[in-house]
Amino acid sequence: MISKLRKYRAGYTLGWLLAALPATVLADWKLNLMKGVTPFSREIYDLHMLILGICTVIGIFVFGAIFYSLWAFRKSRGAVAANWHESTTVEIIWTILPLAILVGMAVPATKALIMMEDVANADMTIKVTGYQWRWHYEYIEDGIDFYSTLAENSNEARTLNSGIDPATVEHYLLDVDKRVVVPVNKKIRFLTTAGDVIHAWWVPDLGWKRDAVPGFINESWATVLEEGVYRGQCAELCGKDHGFMPIVVEAVSEEAYVAWVEKTKKAASE
Amino acid sequence: MSDAAAHGEHDEHHGYHPGGMKRWLFTTNHKDIGTMYLIFALIMFFIGGAMAMVIRLELFQPGLQFVEPQFFNSMTTMHALVMIFGAVMPAWTGFANWLIPMMIGAPDMALPRLNNWSFWILPFAFTLLLGTFFMPGGAPAGGWTMYPPLVLQTGDAFPFLIFAVHFMGASSIAGAINIIATVFNMRAPGMTLMKLPLFVWTWIITAFLLIASIPVLAGAVTMLLTDKFFGTAFFAASGGGDPVMFQHIFWFFGHPEVYILILPAFGIASAIIPTFARKPLFGYASMVYATGAIAFLSFIVWAHHMFTVGMPLAGELFFMYTTVLIAVPTGVKVFNWCATLWQSSITFEVPMLFSLAFVILFTIGGFSGLMLGITPVDFQYHDTYFVVAHFHYVLVTGAIFSIISATYFWLPKWTGHMYDETLGKWHFWLSTISVNVLFFPQHFLGLAGMPRRIPDYAVQFADFNMVSSIGGFVFGFSQILFVMVIWKCVKGGEKATDRVWEGAHGLEWTLPSPPPYHSFTTPPAPASIEGGMR
Repeated sequence: MISKLRKYRAGYTLGWLLAALPATVLADWKLNLMKGVTPFSREIYDLHMLILGICTVIGIFVFGAIFYSLWAFRKSRGAVAANWHESTTVEIIWTILPLAILVGMAVPATKALIMMEDVANADMTIKVTGYQWRWHYEYIEDGIDFYSTLAENSNEARTLNSGIDPATVEHYLLDVDKRVVVPVNKKIRFLTTAGDVIHAWWVPDLGWKRDAVPGFINESWATVLEEGVYRGQCAELCGKDHGFMPIVVEAVSEEAYVAWVEKTKKAASE
Repeated sequence: MSDAAAHGEHDEHHGYHPGGMKRWLFTTNHKDIGTMYLIFALIMFFIGGAMAMVIRLELFQPGLQFVEPQFFNSMTTMHALVMIFGAVMPAWTGFANWLIPMMIGAPDMALPRLNNWSFWILPFAFTLLLGTFFMPGGAPAGGWTMYPPLVLQTGDAFPFLIFAVHFMGASSIAGAINIIATVFNMRAPGMTLMKLPLFVWTWIITAFLLIASIPVLAGAVTMLLTDKFFGTAFFAASGGGDPVMFQHIFWFFGHPEVYILILPAFGIASAIIPTFARKPLFGYASMVYATGAIAFLSFIVWAHHMFTVGMPLAGELFFMYTTVLIAVPTGVKVFNWCATLWQSSITFEVPMLFSLAFVILFTIGGFSGLMLGITPVDFQYHDTYFVVAHFHYVLVTGAIFSIISATYFWLPKWTGHMYDETLGKWHFWLSTISVNVLFFPQHFLGLAGMPRRIPDYAVQFADFNMVSSIGGFVFGFSQILFVMVIWKCVKGGEKATDRVWEGAHGLEWTLPSPPPYHSFTTPPAPASIEGGMR
């Protein structure tokens, strides 16, 4: 029986380690949520870590109690079963205590949500429209609009038995022909909608995704704090090429953004 | 089946006993129908499992190697429909048929002809559904959630999908009515409600969830049908309709549905853990109340499946609070199982191993569920592999592990033979290790940003996908052991005693193994009714 128990515990440990161990060896084995580059994304990263931490502590207690019981109260070890099966006090405690923990979680979650939904006082607005299977962007104030589709090299490599190794394609499936260029440190309001079926616009580093629903216009916002290129994908099943309509946001300095607007407008008028 | 030999003697009042195929087609016997439900569920488990193998094969490495994206979407859609409506729900109805009359001291179900009908609808439903693979446009590929407008792009398969869903729903409602009628009318004298085994309690509550939620689904899919063929615009924005309304209606069904899949599992764990711990279940009454509380909450949390759809702040807050509240009654259940183990006397037979794995792994699924319930963080988790990991922890290591556990537990009672313990242990260890290799890395994939329902992915997701696929293949092939165990047990083996397990309590264990064709033709002595905590 002891060996059985060891096997039992070893089974779980092994299963978990198989998944987790190589993470220490290879950088690509990414385990956790990204912190992101917006105030909101950092807020929810902290929230994610808080809840994960609470779950881990509860898990240690609960699973610890179970595994201790399985070790200590084995019949083969001579354990004799007690007959008690009720304790109102204990049951009230383990109803009230989780409730208190939940309230503790709900407070920061509510704050983050109120922050997310406050789209007022935006500096600029970008309207995002999902189509099967590309994105259309309209810069409302700057008068720019364009479609953005999967980059050609990814598109060639992703056909069935293309013979092209995806590892050789730069940013495979996460690259587009035209990037969404935005200025840093500006509050940008995103309006999402769709022209055919439902899509969802998601750049993980911005900290949220929002469905693009035909007939609806959804509002969200982001202030990108760091210059850089941030990649994302459609996150709502939208047909056969759902996996092939990526999003690339390039955050640049305000001057570079103004220059990009000029250049893009000029190119459009020619 | 081995009860065939017994039925002759025990059936003076029902003279008509056709043999062969007619026995199964025309049977009104709860054991025959239960057996058919369970075999049907097992076949569907393998059909749905084969689709999962195709999915994991295509996701083994980046790039498209085996199937086109459209077919991949059909695989994920059909895998879900087959597993939910074909495997898990019929399996629970099968257990209900076999066990409820024996547990409450009744001869059979209250409505035997309805029982026959509710089963025989299912093969037709799934012929319609699986037949769509051979139709122009292929099988449905818009996801099992059938969101419009995408689902309206389905080819010739579309009406077949809708009618298959209607048939499955009709079957479920009939089964639920039968179970409610049986439990409320056919209990033996002395079997009061608060003495019912928890499996019976969880099933009554499940049955009410079915009756309340399935018609809502039926309404939603009928509106899809008229949108497609009769010019209505319930869900078409261009005609003044509302595509988001479908999601609200669907998930008003869909959230109770997930409890329909898991509540009977709570009843199973509450039967098996006390048996092998040789100690009464801790907190019987609070288990009943917690199940009721979960069932009630299941009707007011639906929009947490669609937090990103664009709801007002007040809506998002309401559904976040109600969702995390479910952790309280669910926590009560897990704590009660832990307390049952405390100061008990435990042995580790295969049903106990699967039930213990159920408690631990279901709790992991509960933790990720709690995380998903926090709306602002769900804006990241939503529609990623984190969600896939979550619902497979609660459905595979939750519902399916519980179904397997229950099969091992009652198989000796049903067949009169003990199953092969060594083979069963192999089945347990291979399944438990591989299922974690399969689903645990999917948490990491989701957090790293991999969306669900994509046939191909960026190369940074390659490593964990390969690990997950390997786990998937091992898990899939391990289930062949399960069939071997069942087959061997049906065919023969060590003779099972009436009580089968040293710590077994409850009316079904007072019957011979295998039990007579009609379970209790005279009510059991009230003194033999011990109460549900045993």
